[in-house]
Amino acid sequence: MATKEYSFYPGCSSQDGASSSNYLKSVQSMCDVLDVKLNVIPDWNCCSASIGYCGGGELPRLALSARNIALSEQHNTGQDIVATCAACWLATKETQERLDDDAGLMDETNQALAEAGLNLKNDSKIRHMVEVLIEDIGYEEMGKHVKKPLDGIKIAGYVGCQTNRPFGIEGESFENPKYLDKFIETMGAEPVENYDKKVSCCGGALAFSEPEKSQALIKDIIEAAYDGGADMIVTPCPVCQMNVEVYQDKINAQYGTKFHIPVTYYSTLMSVAYGKNGKEAGLDGQIIKAKQLEAIASK
Amino acid sequence: MSDLNTGMVEKYRNNFLKEVEANVEEGDWVKMCMQCGVCSGSCPLGTDWDHPPQELFMMIRAGKREEVLQSTSMWMCTSCYNCIVRCPRELPITHIMHGLAHYATRLGIEPKGQPTRQFAQLFWDNLAKNGRVNELWLGVNLYFMNGLVEGVKVALGMAGIGLGMLKAGRLSLKELVGGHTVKDKKGFKAMIKKAQELEAARVDNAQ
Repeated sequence: MATKEYSFYPGCSSQDGASSSNYLKSVQSMCDVLDVKLNVIPDWNCCSASIGYCGGGELPRLALSARNIALSEQHNTGQDIVATCAACWLATKETQERLDDDAGLMDETNQALAEAGLNLKNDSKIRHMVEVLIEDIGYEEMGKHVKKPLDGIKIAGYVGCQTNRPFGIEGESFENPKYLDKFIETMGAEPVENYDKKVSCCGGALAFSEPEKSQALIKDIIEAAYDGGADMIVTPCPVCQMNVEVYQDKINAQYGTKFHIPVTYYSTLMSVAYGKNGKEAGLDGQIIKAKQLEAIASK
Repeated sequence: MSDLNTGMVEKYRNNFLKEVEANVEEGDWVKMCMQCGVCSGSCPLGTDWDHPPQELFMMIRAGKREEVLQSTSMWMCTSCYNCIVRCPRELPITHIMHGLAHYATRLGIEPKGQPTRQFAQLFWDNLAKNGRVNELWLGVNLYFMNGLVEGVKVALGMAGIGLGMLKAGRLSLKELVGGHTVKDKKGFKAMIKKAQELEAARVDNAQ
């Protein structure tokens, strides 16, 4: 198959030394195997995620994503914009939709963009990496590259919120999307069946501002994974990954639980199954080590 | 009370619904709520809201202006979008909650000391400075947002997590000075300033 090229919006948390820099590493390894070329949008900026509303209001917030789309149109002309972060994808897609619906806002957005020497046409397709995998690569092709099937690992597919709502993935339901379970299966691992917390909220940004409330939600997400017999949890979202992985000690102290379950990205699984080493799969970025994946990666 | 707030009270008198429709992001949807309560039942932090979304919508129609805008409720929104996809009338509830929270802040009558309000503002200020989020400073500012003494306590409590992130290469001390930034900072800031001016003008014209 010919190389597939996309205009790539990595987002703040994927930067060097940032909280999901290990996600980017595994995505690059995965794309390398699948012959996918990611052309970074030059000089991209933050999308302000979902929590930017307080200071950002409507227009300044939309202008952020509009600048990214405009830069993509200018430098990566004709390419679909792909994001790996749920919030980045959501904010960008939301902006495109809002500006498409409202000519007044579109006009004001272009007035703001003109201050940065930019203009928005707003006709790029905005996609999440999992859409690229499902729609452009396909499960069959994804499976063809597996060199080391992840035999014997049981995994809870935690889809979370923003990769799932409000846009979701074509052909999947909001309440019980199946694609992540299919990814797990395709890599040779076993998905937890009927993982009831697969689309529950981890608290998002409120994990920082209202930690007790958020940790109560995270506790249920982890508990349900254990109840399903999971060895580990996998997710497509940087905020889900961080929230579910890093607060386990705090939750244990608060609730008397003994949680210690690794949480990785789908791309981590795929990189390992595709024969990449631990570093290339971003396994060194785990705070709770994914020992079963490490063992397979070092085989 | 701010001049803007006084002006809005004068202008809309007892019609808070009209005020919301004219000034709150997606506010023109409020009247479409049919009070089924699916949003409230779907909210992950539903039990923590003084007034869940469905109740806020009815309060807006009933003209309970201060009780709505000064409420901590909409600051409980985690942006999970459950309410949006489940609403039988397709109200963009998440955005209306964000819009109400932002409007209260614009008027200067939002609940002071509400932690998510403080964090949300810190997040915006952080990204607006260099065009990209600086996670290290975001954390530091968050821990110390309630003063030095409280900050040291919170920071010590979080030290384990911070060290874990550092060790895993997911937190960088390089962010302390400078850090990640857009190259065209001048253009970026001019764009934000212009967008803020245009949005302020819209609210002023509604007065």
